[in-house]
Amino acid sequence: MTEPSAESPADKLARATPPRVARRIRGLSDRAIAWIFVAPSIFLLLAVNIFPLIWTINLSFTNFRANRNREVEYIGLRNYERILTDSDIWLTMQATAHFLFWTIFFQVLIGFTLAWLINRKFRGNDLWTTIIVLPMMLSPAVVGNFWTFLYQPQIGLFNYVVSFFTGVDPSSFSMIGQVNLAPWSIVIVDTWMWTPFIMLICLAGLRSIPDYIYEAAEVDRASKWRQFWTITIPMALPFLMLAVLFRGIENFKMFDLVVQLTGGGPGSVTELTSINLKREAFEKWRTGYASAYAVILFVTVFGLASIYVKALNKVKER
Amino acid sequence: MRRTTLWAATALTAAAASGAQAEDLTLCWAAWDPANALVELSKEFEAQSGHTMNFEFVPWPNFADRMLNELNSGGKLCDLLIGDSQWIGGGAENGHYVKLNDFFEAEGISMDDFAPATVYAYSTWPKGTPNYYALPAMGDANGWFYRKDWFTDPEIMAAYKEATGDDLREPQTQQELLQIAQFFQGREIDGQTRYGAAIFTERGSEGITMGATGALYTFGFKYENEPGSYDMEGAVNSPEAVAGLEFYKELYKTATPPGYTDSYMEQGLDAFKSGQVAMAMNWFAFFPGLYADPTTGGDKIDFFVNPPQNQAASTLGGQGISVVAYSDKQDAALEYIKWFAQPDVQAKWWALGGYSAHNSVLNDPGFPDSAPFAGDFLLAMENVQDFWQEPAYAELLLAMQKRLHDYIVADVGTAQEALDKLIEDWTETFEDEGKL
Repeated sequence: MTEPSAESPADKLARATPPRVARRIRGLSDRAIAWIFVAPSIFLLLAVNIFPLIWTINLSFTNFRANRNREVEYIGLRNYERILTDSDIWLTMQATAHFLFWTIFFQVLIGFTLAWLINRKFRGNDLWTTIIVLPMMLSPAVVGNFWTFLYQPQIGLFNYVVSFFTGVDPSSFSMIGQVNLAPWSIVIVDTWMWTPFIMLICLAGLRSIPDYIYEAAEVDRASKWRQFWTITIPMALPFLMLAVLFRGIENFKMFDLVVQLTGGGPGSVTELTSINLKREAFEKWRTGYASAYAVILFVTVFGLASIYVKALNKVKER
Repeated sequence: MRRTTLWAATALTAAAASGAQAEDLTLCWAAWDPANALVELSKEFEAQSGHTMNFEFVPWPNFADRMLNELNSGGKLCDLLIGDSQWIGGGAENGHYVKLNDFFEAEGISMDDFAPATVYAYSTWPKGTPNYYALPAMGDANGWFYRKDWFTDPEIMAAYKEATGDDLREPQTQQELLQIAQFFQGREIDGQTRYGAAIFTERGSEGITMGATGALYTFGFKYENEPGSYDMEGAVNSPEAVAGLEFYKELYKTATPPGYTDSYMEQGLDAFKSGQVAMAMNWFAFFPGLYADPTTGGDKIDFFVNPPQNQAASTLGGQGISVVAYSDKQDAALEYIKWFAQPDVQAKWWALGGYSAHNSVLNDPGFPDSAPFAGDFLLAMENVQDFWQEPAYAELLLAMQKRLHDYIVADVGTAQEALDKLIEDWTETFEDEGKL
C-alpha cells in the first residue's frame, strides 16, 4: 500500500485531472512536467532579455541607423575601435567613475553612521528612521527638479545656506553651472537621496549581530573601539558590501536625476555614460555605434559585478 | 507619366474638395504662443470643411525627440506636421513627408506667392530645387527686445554716456550690443540688481547653437566654402568665425545673469518678464505675447533685428507644414494645406499672432506698421541663415551643441579648437553619410 504522502507531484496532478489528460501526464517524467511549467518563463526571458542582447551584439558590427531606409553594412570592429579611441567617450567614463566613487563613498560613510546611531535605542527612534528614509521615497525626476531650484544662484536655498556659513556671496557661484562644482552637485543630490537606502541595509546588518557577542567581549574587557572594529564591522560587512553592489549598479546606469539637474552640462562635465549612450542611440540615431557602446558597458558592468560578487561570497564565508 | 500623376492629384484633390467624408485630423507642432493662434484660426477650417481638428503640441525641448521618433517609427499620430526647418532633408529622404509638387500644381498653389527665403528653407529638398515637401507655415528668426523704459530713462542715458562716451540706443552692431549689455550688468535700477542680456545657452536640444550662430553669421561664419561641397575647412573655422565665437563667449561671461548656463526660450522670457535683464534674444514668434505682457510689454518694450557686425544676418527659425506620409487621411490633410495657403487665411494668421510667409501679407504697404516688430521681422527675413538641413541634421546639431557648450560655458579649450573639432565631427558624419 502506498502512502498518499509518497505520491510524486506528477501523480497528484494526474489524479486531479480528467482521465484522458491524466493518462498523458502519467506518461511524463517529473523533469518534463517541470520544463512545461518553466518553459513560458524561459521563453519570456529569451524574448525580452537574451534575444535583444544577441541582436544588440549583432547590430554592434554594423552601420545600422534606425531612422534610415538604407542598406545595412557589416563593418567589423570599426564601431568598437571608434569608441575605444574616442577621447570624449573616455571623458564620460571619467565623469561616471567620479560620480560612482564619491556617491558610494559618502553614502556608505553617512549611511553606516546613521545606521549605527539609529541602532542605539533612544526616544523617537522610529520617527527619525521614517524621516531619514523620506528622500528615497521620492521620484528622481521630482528630486532633480526641486534641487535645480535649491541650487539656483539668486533664489536657491542651498547657496544661501553656504553663504550663511562661509560669508560667500550666494549669487557668486552656481552649483550646476560651474565646471568645478557641477560634478559635486550631482554627488550631493544622489547622496541625499540614497543614503537612507544604505542606512536601512546597514541597520538590518547591525540588528542581526547577537547581543551575546558584545556581552562576551565586555566580559573580556574589550574596549568599545575594539568591539566596533572586531565585531560590528566584520559582521555588518556582507550587508554593507551588498548595499554597495546595489548602489554601484544603480549609479552606473544613472540617467534621470542627472538629466533633470544638469542635462549633462555644463559642457559635458556631468555627461555620464548612460546620458551619452542615449544621445548616440536616440538623438543621433547611430544605432550600430550605440549598440557597440552598450555592449562595452554591459561587459564592463558584468565583469566588475562578477568580481565583486565573488569577493562578497568570500567575505560571507569567513 | 507626368500627366498620369497630375490626373491622380487632381482626382485626389477633387475627392477631398467634395467633402465626401468628415475626418478627425491631427496637427502636430511645438507648444508655444503661435500654436494657440493656429487653434483659433483652424476653427474656420472646421466650419468650412466639416473635418475636426485635433492638436498635439509638444514643448520645445522635447519636440524634436518626440516627433522624430514618431516619424522614424512610421507613426500615424500626426496627419499634418509643422516640423522644424532642419527636418526637411530627413523628412524628404526618409519618406516621412508627402511630396507636394503635383498637389500644388493641381490646386494652383504657387511657391512664388511666398517669401523666397521661407520657400528655400522650409519647403525644398534638395535645397533650392523645385521639390516641395512643405508649405511655408510660420516665418521666424531670432531677434532681440529690450527695456525701452530703461533705454529712455534720462539718468540711465546719462550714466551710459559717461561710462562709454556713446548715446544709449538700439544697438547697431554686435559690439555695441555687448557694450550696452555690459553697462547694464550688475546695475542697480529701481533698487534691484539688473543684468545685461538673456541669451541662449541651452545644452540639451538646440539652444546654444541657435544663439551663438546669431553672432557667428554676422562675423562671417559659413558652413561650407561652396554650397553643397561639404568643404568646411576655412569656412567653419575661419578667423571671422573664431572671432564670432569668442564674442559670444564674452557676451555670456560678462553680461548675463548668474547661473545662466542652460537657458533657452522659456528662461529668456522669464528673465525679461521678471525684470532681470535689459535685453534678450528670442524668436519673433514670441514678440506678440511680449508686447501684450502687462508688466514689461506695451511702452516698456521695443524690438530690434539681430545687429550686424561684418555683415547682416539672423538665425532662421520657423517651419513649414507637411503631410505625413504614414497618415491614412492624406486627402483631408491636403485640404487643410489648400485652405491654409489662401491669402485671406494668411492675413488672419498674421492678425492672430502667427507669422505668415505669404507675399500678400508681407508686401502689404501697411505691414511694417501693423506691429512694433513687423518691420524688424521683414529686415530679419531678408538675411536669414539656417543650420544644416541634411538628413543627419540631429547628429550635426548635437556635435555643435557639445563643442559650443564645452567652449562657451565649460571653458574647454579655445574657440579655434572648438571649431576645428566641430569640423572633425561633421566630417565623420558626412563620411558616414557617404557625402565625403
